[in-house]
Amino acid sequence: MTTEILMPALSPTMEEGTLAKWLVKEGDTVSSGDILAEIETDKATMEFEAVDEGTIGKILVAEGTEGVKVNAPIAVLLAEGENADDIDSATSPTPEPASQEAASEEMERPASDEPRGKGVEKAPARVAEEKPAPKSKAGPDWPEGTETVTTTVREALRDAMAEEMRRDGDVFLMGEEVAEYQGAYKISQGLLDEFGAKRVIDTPITEHGFAGIAVGAAFGGLKPIVEFMTFNFAMQAMDQIINSAAKTLYMSGGQMGCPMVFRGPNGAAARVAAQHSQDYAAWYSSIPGLKVAMPYSASDAKGLLKSAIRDPNPVIFLENEILYGKSFEVPKLDDFTVPFGKARIWREGNDATIVSWGIGMTYALEAAEKLFEDGIDVEVIDLRSLRPVDYDTVLASVMKTNRCVLVEEGFPVASYSDHMASTIMQRAFDYLDAPVVTCTGKDVPMPYAANLEKLALVTTKEVIEAVHTVTYR
Amino acid sequence: MAPRKTAERAKPNVSKDDLLQYYRDMLLIRRFEEKAGQLYGMGLIGGFCHLYIGQEAVVVGLEAAAKEGDKRVTSYRDHGHMLACGMDPKGVMAELTGREGGYSKGKGGSMHMFSKEKHFYGGHGIVAAQVPIGAGLALSDLYRGNDNVTFTYFGDGAANQGQVYETYNMAELWDLPVVFVIENNQYAMGTSTKRSTKSTSYWERGAAYGIEGEEVDGMDVLAVRDAGLRATEYCRSGKGPYILEMMTYRYRGHSMSDPAKYRTRDEVQKMREERDAIEMVRQMLLTGEHASEDDLKAVDKEIKEVVNESAEFAKESPEPAVEELWTDIYSKEIPQETA
Repeated sequence: MTTEILMPALSPTMEEGTLAKWLVKEGDTVSSGDILAEIETDKATMEFEAVDEGTIGKILVAEGTEGVKVNAPIAVLLAEGENADDIDSATSPTPEPASQEAASEEMERPASDEPRGKGVEKAPARVAEEKPAPKSKAGPDWPEGTETVTTTVREALRDAMAEEMRRDGDVFLMGEEVAEYQGAYKISQGLLDEFGAKRVIDTPITEHGFAGIAVGAAFGGLKPIVEFMTFNFAMQAMDQIINSAAKTLYMSGGQMGCPMVFRGPNGAAARVAAQHSQDYAAWYSSIPGLKVAMPYSASDAKGLLKSAIRDPNPVIFLENEILYGKSFEVPKLDDFTVPFGKARIWREGNDATIVSWGIGMTYALEAAEKLFEDGIDVEVIDLRSLRPVDYDTVLASVMKTNRCVLVEEGFPVASYSDHMASTIMQRAFDYLDAPVVTCTGKDVPMPYAANLEKLALVTTKEVIEAVHTVTYR
Repeated sequence: MAPRKTAERAKPNVSKDDLLQYYRDMLLIRRFEEKAGQLYGMGLIGGFCHLYIGQEAVVVGLEAAAKEGDKRVTSYRDHGHMLACGMDPKGVMAELTGREGGYSKGKGGSMHMFSKEKHFYGGHGIVAAQVPIGAGLALSDLYRGNDNVTFTYFGDGAANQGQVYETYNMAELWDLPVVFVIENNQYAMGTSTKRSTKSTSYWERGAAYGIEGEEVDGMDVLAVRDAGLRATEYCRSGKGPYILEMMTYRYRGHSMSDPAKYRTRDEVQKMREERDAIEMVRQMLLTGEHASEDDLKAVDKEIKEVVNESAEFAKESPEPAVEELWTDIYSKEIPQETA
């Protein structure tokens, strides 16, 4: 019985990767711990080691193949006494490399549009297996006819930082693994090469300390971008964010501002359990003096991050690990920004309003599509920034549809949805034909087990049910 | 990089004018603080009010080592630091009374005042939060390539906070031009250093991070000034941070509501009589015949007037307009750093 060597999952959110290089060839004998291949994910290139010993009987996936699914067989290992003839003919063939369509789309991407640093390695090609994100019917934030480029949220964030760092010498990035490692989630890829160690600063693992240093640098007139490897770790720095960054302008009677950005992935990733899976949107949004942005699409990630870096106030910029690899259209404009406090209507409809932001939008849009098939036409609003927030767009929509469902991954008690629901009740009570329903994560610490984790998060099904509830059909 | 303890040093040279200036500056702080205590008792100052009486030589000595553009940041026991760096006593006192004429328009209070003009970055109410902030201010100078330093003051209580050591590590790693000034007044609120700390020689902890430092007699303004000059020269030359542990003493309670049960009246009295920083300079002025009793009386009178004027201003300045409740929450523009 031959052993299949399977494409490994090298990170909690990895679904596929590129088989960058084989370090063994057919006929080689390998033992446990030998490096078999280099696998490239959207985050990093990693070496893949043999677990069992034997002889490489057959290589099933050629090097350079993109889009190899996790758990797809990539080679066959022969135990002692076996030979290539033993290889089961039923062994799954090489999976299709990145679909031709997607691959050619990558190739066509004009190089000039990618403001990359000198010597920056091109980010691995994305495989557009996800359905293209629906475009806003109400119109995106750029003039009609503007050329767009398919970009991942990850690339959009990097481009935003690079553009702002080129524009303003006082902008710098600091955080754990932002420089030489090229970013724990590869957001800062290439920035060290272009801007040097003075402006892309690796810190020790001391969130409290380096957040405070960044606040001091902002008081001193610089414009720091602090990357938290995840916002879970920002709890260590909470005092500096809230007490020092957010309140000093007020406490100084307007003298001492704190122009800076705290950014990083927020919310649940995948299978990392309670301490690494919390959505802090409601916490930060309750603090006067902070601005809070939580983009869903790549164009919003780019446009909002550029606005955040230019903003004279401390901005909490909540990203999401699951969204990093998602592709969206980003306008090809020299200086594309998205203002805070302006929601985006992704889909127009008359039967109910779904309001969400960040990763909540994936459930909102999916639910809207399925509801449409059932004859319920919902309007979907992406708040994009939570402080300031665009109440007007939400209220106008609710006054039109008379029903509202709010969607977020955060905890249900004292959630941001609660705040918005209360605002709708106070300002549009007479227009409501049903109570506002909130769909949130469950009131439990995030479990590790795959089935329980799914149950703990908000689901598309729950959003659909909520819309049925408010529309009474 | 081994830290060292300050050796016995020759009595420093000081000009008559400088000595008189130190006397004047220390006396201003003491009289100002006494007045603040009085106004607190009258109900004109609310909340917390932490007086600096007894520790005056620390800030006055270090300001003598500062140059234009140097920054300073401290804790909530901050009135002395503000007066020493040249902030207007009227603006400070009016902030204590929560009035429109205060440095923060009455919105910060005793613990939260700032002056861009004088490079005073607060006034921070959370113990030790100012330490990484001070290192960050130093980072901004290093980034810009000037030779300014940041005086980052904190107490013996703050010296046990974790963020201090996170900051030490990064400050030395990145050669940040920051002078860490530990004002060891021997009590963190009501807990003496020996009840809170196993090894009470705080400056020696810098050795673990490769930071130079020394212990200084914080009741001797000239010793403070000289240590300040050594520290600033070290930082300005690009060698990184430096620690000065100032052995000092506060005569008053931690705040105005201190029951003073944790130390004896005799201990305080002994310090006042034997080690008072202002009295020491006063004796130097008199014995060196740099000033007569009458000259010093004139200085006292002049200071008293300045302090009384500040108190009058602080009483007369109106409360902030109610609209101020809603201002200064968000900035519309990036504040320009004064050169």
